[in-house]
Amino acid sequence: MAAESLYTAIIGLPLLGFLIIGFLKNKISDNIAGILASTMVLIPFLIVSSVFFSLVNGGSAIHYYLLNWFTVGHYSVDYGIQLDRLSVVMSLFITGVGFLIHLYSVSYMKGDKNFSTYFSYLNLFIFFMLVLVLSDNYLGMYIGWEGVGLCSYFLIGFWYKNNEYSNAGKKAFVMNRVGDLGFMVGMFYVFYYTGSLEFVKVEQAIGMGAMTPIVLMIAASMLFVGATGKSAQIPLFTWLPDAMAGPTPVSALIHAATMVTAGIYMVIRSNFLYSLAPEVLNVVGIIGVASALYAAIVGMTQNDIKKVLAYSTVSQLGLMFLALGVGAYVTALFHVLTHAFFKALLFLGAGSVMHAVGGEQDIRKMGGLRKYMPITFATFLIASLAISGIPPFSGFFSKDEILAQAFQQNTLLWVLGLVASMMTAFYMFRLVFLTFYGDYRGNDDSKQKIHESPKLMTIPLVVLAILATVAGTLGLPHVLNMPHLLNDFLSPILASSARPQGHLEASTEFMLMGIATGGALVSIAIAYMMYISKKRVPDEDANYSGLTKVAYHKFYIDELYNAVIVRPMQWCSEFFHKVIDKVVVDGIVNMTGKASLLASDIVRTSQTGYTAFYILAMVLSACFILGYFFIGS
Amino acid sequence: MTAIILLILPFLGALLTLLLSNKITKQIALGASILTFLYSIYTYFHFVQGSAAGLIFSTPWLEVPNISFSLEIDGLSLLMLLLTNILTPIIILSGAGSTQKNIKALYTLILVMQGALNGVFMAADALIFYIFWEMVLIPIYFIAALWGTDYSREITFKFFVYALVGSLFMLISVIVLTLVAGSSSVHDIHSLSLTNWSQTLIFFGFFLAFAIKIPIVPLHTWQADTYTAAPTQGTMLLSSLMLKMGLYGFIRWLLPVVPFAIAQYTPIIITLGVIGVVYGAWIAIQQNNFKRLLAYSSLGHVGLIVAGIFTITSMGLIGASVQMIAHGVNVVGLFFAAEIVLRRTGTIDISALGGIREKAPWFSTYLFILVLAGLSLPLTNAFVGEFMLLFSVWQYNAALAVLAGTTVILAAVYLLRMFQRTLLGNSNTVTQEFHDLTLSEHLTFIPIIFMVLFFGVYPMPIIRLVEPVINQIIQLASI
Repeated sequence: MAAESLYTAIIGLPLLGFLIIGFLKNKISDNIAGILASTMVLIPFLIVSSVFFSLVNGGSAIHYYLLNWFTVGHYSVDYGIQLDRLSVVMSLFITGVGFLIHLYSVSYMKGDKNFSTYFSYLNLFIFFMLVLVLSDNYLGMYIGWEGVGLCSYFLIGFWYKNNEYSNAGKKAFVMNRVGDLGFMVGMFYVFYYTGSLEFVKVEQAIGMGAMTPIVLMIAASMLFVGATGKSAQIPLFTWLPDAMAGPTPVSALIHAATMVTAGIYMVIRSNFLYSLAPEVLNVVGIIGVASALYAAIVGMTQNDIKKVLAYSTVSQLGLMFLALGVGAYVTALFHVLTHAFFKALLFLGAGSVMHAVGGEQDIRKMGGLRKYMPITFATFLIASLAISGIPPFSGFFSKDEILAQAFQQNTLLWVLGLVASMMTAFYMFRLVFLTFYGDYRGNDDSKQKIHESPKLMTIPLVVLAILATVAGTLGLPHVLNMPHLLNDFLSPILASSARPQGHLEASTEFMLMGIATGGALVSIAIAYMMYISKKRVPDEDANYSGLTKVAYHKFYIDELYNAVIVRPMQWCSEFFHKVIDKVVVDGIVNMTGKASLLASDIVRTSQTGYTAFYILAMVLSACFILGYFFIGS
Repeated sequence: MTAIILLILPFLGALLTLLLSNKITKQIALGASILTFLYSIYTYFHFVQGSAAGLIFSTPWLEVPNISFSLEIDGLSLLMLLLTNILTPIIILSGAGSTQKNIKALYTLILVMQGALNGVFMAADALIFYIFWEMVLIPIYFIAALWGTDYSREITFKFFVYALVGSLFMLISVIVLTLVAGSSSVHDIHSLSLTNWSQTLIFFGFFLAFAIKIPIVPLHTWQADTYTAAPTQGTMLLSSLMLKMGLYGFIRWLLPVVPFAIAQYTPIIITLGVIGVVYGAWIAIQQNNFKRLLAYSSLGHVGLIVAGIFTITSMGLIGASVQMIAHGVNVVGLFFAAEIVLRRTGTIDISALGGIREKAPWFSTYLFILVLAGLSLPLTNAFVGEFMLLFSVWQYNAALAVLAGTTVILAAVYLLRMFQRTLLGNSNTVTQEFHDLTLSEHLTFIPIIFMVLFFGVYPMPIIRLVEPVINQIIQLASI
């Protein structure tokens, strides 16, 4: 019992932090709010770490119930907590990276009018994110799923006086809800056919054949619709670039490292479902690689430092779905982890840059910053090398594993994945070169003020840079004859559904690595030639033409959605209200009314307002009818 | 005695309010309604401990046909009584800061309505049910017509005619039932086996009356206008309590009585319910009038409850019970928010507002929690019910459930739009002077917010209360 309350504290403390800061925000100083919020994430991190080490040493998973949520007939859902190998890995980096971002935010948000509100939201987010990964059932996961969406809404529109920002928040929420409907319908299938929503029980029931192949297929696809919303995949991705309206640490935490990976976590968690629905997995892989390519193409043309990173996130998430699509669950999680480190680092680095240049986000107005902010530059460079897949940085290992797994399944998927990651290397170094190299292109006034960020911001950068460098050791490739730590750690819970995978021949594996690394280096070289040797700076927005213009405008997907969905919906709403409701339905009612009114003499009296007469007439006639029946019988 | 006390307390309160001084009208009314509330809580605890004493009251009225003045409290009745008696004091309290003419009459009528509603939910005799049903209509009609906006008489008249037409058909059904059964007791009626033809006839009589009150599309055209024109307290009574009579009527007086007809018309009614869900939400998207927006939103939410009820499954009916409570509580909160906006700014046109969040953080927090409940976010009271209802509709027909499920998306569109236009952005001349909540406004919101969160986290008390009754009804309905 005591141990259980300790585990409950993992989710309880961030909630407590939210409540305390939320209620006392006018009474406590900003510093206390910041420290309190950070502590409420640090302690759970320590608890999760201890659980993690006990699991590493062969300890067994923890699973217990807090309370029965509802029971109707034989359908029952409990609040249950499950600390198994998968959820512990997730919680570990959620609290770990979360803590670093809390620290960073203390400095980044300094002086903001709503400083403590910001931290209360951040704690609430951590709470819901932990609920999402620690719940032992789908509906509990859904609590977190909706909750993180809510926090994302708050935080995107954090500067709520700006209508654009609020619109971006609303767009994110509504678009996610489209996915959520899919998630919910998916749950209905699972609930109905297996009689439970609890992962362990669902897995058992499916193992005993509770769901026919066709039902499995529908359930898995519906849940995947949910994943495309939360993890910003085609077709529900357009909210993520807009979500950059929020404060930059939020982009790092929610829109890069944690929340957007929820869809991948959900699929891994449901591996028992997906492995039995290979058709759906194929779709997952295709959607993934398509998103990866699309976003990479758009990313190559963007000039807003955060937008580049946002598209990069969509693209990287696409690669994770590609891994899932080929049944490589551990590989996907591996990339989730390394991505959490280097993408959080990139966003925090971008925040540091924006901090230095007075909030500017346009890379055309930057340049040469490496002289002014060496730590930010060095860490940003490490992250860029990692995401580009240059050895020995972490991204190399996880991306290489994805490509190798894809290669085993389908050469075309491998080629497309490779192209996407080459583009990644290009747009990342385009970003690095334009931001940090060359001469500063902003005005002199802002040049005077460029400075390295304070320690509270650079320390998280350094820690993340170390992690982004070494995290690759968690999953060393098979050819090196070293243990794949992550795989060994997770295999007990995925064993039943992992595809039996023959390993590639050593020569093939080396060749794949060579091609991927070579491709990345070539891309970097091209970026170097364009932006350093030739000193090119992207044109003004208006000067784009042809394909670049199309890509710069994100292939006009937003415009398409507006024209096909949003505007027709508004027209329909008007039409329903003004024509159907007011004219047709009400017209019929009024006509019926008038017809009966005309037929009677009472009409004129009642129309002048003697309603009391109506009541009297009604009561009298009722009595009369009753009396008639009674006497008659 | 319990049943009788629950019936009489509000009427006594009404009498006191009428007789005592104008200056303490609101206090008397509040006191009386709180007393009734406390007594229903007391009844609840007795009930869950298994004590049945005083839950049935019956005294003969006529012998042939056998009509008696009988009241009975079972789990379902008790749930509706609790809803009525917790919301009435809140609705009365919500008027604390308003300046209205002739408050003595107003508060007397509110208490009369509370008493009549208690009667409706306890009636164990069809004729008694009918009488209380009509009795509810009279106070709410006057409240809406006399204390509403300038044009409210005309609008309320339409509502009144609508309701009367429905009631008349119901009366015919009640009479036919009584004649066939030789008694109007609910038990005799439940054990009747009627011919298919008479079932159809009776079905339509009841259905029309209930459907108008709820309302079910396409019988809803009185609703938005009446909600908008009525004084806010009247709107609260209409939306949170009066419409529940229709839903309760379905469960108690229709499903078990005419199973054959129900089976026949189920597909149509569920479809109408789902149409209401989409239709209401869709219209709400473009509304700028706060109260009208809420009216259409309510149309959608209630449509789903109707669909759930007519699945005739325990998931659907229990989901409906949970959702009736959630809907009742939440609309009172939301309409109260609209009322506060109206009091402070003189308008409920959301396109004229903005920037309130900065001026009134408490108000904004409460409203936002209510918006979350409107979005059926998990851990708010509306989620579990919506999940159950959609699940039950899904078991009936997956495509209809997906259609109804679009409410998940559309609700986000219109509620966040409302939230943003009202609270976010910069304040303007209209909202410049918006001050935060007064004590009585806080006290009105707090129980509502408490219920939103409590039943969101733990809806089991509601489920346990109604489950036995629901199972009986399903048994009767599935013969």
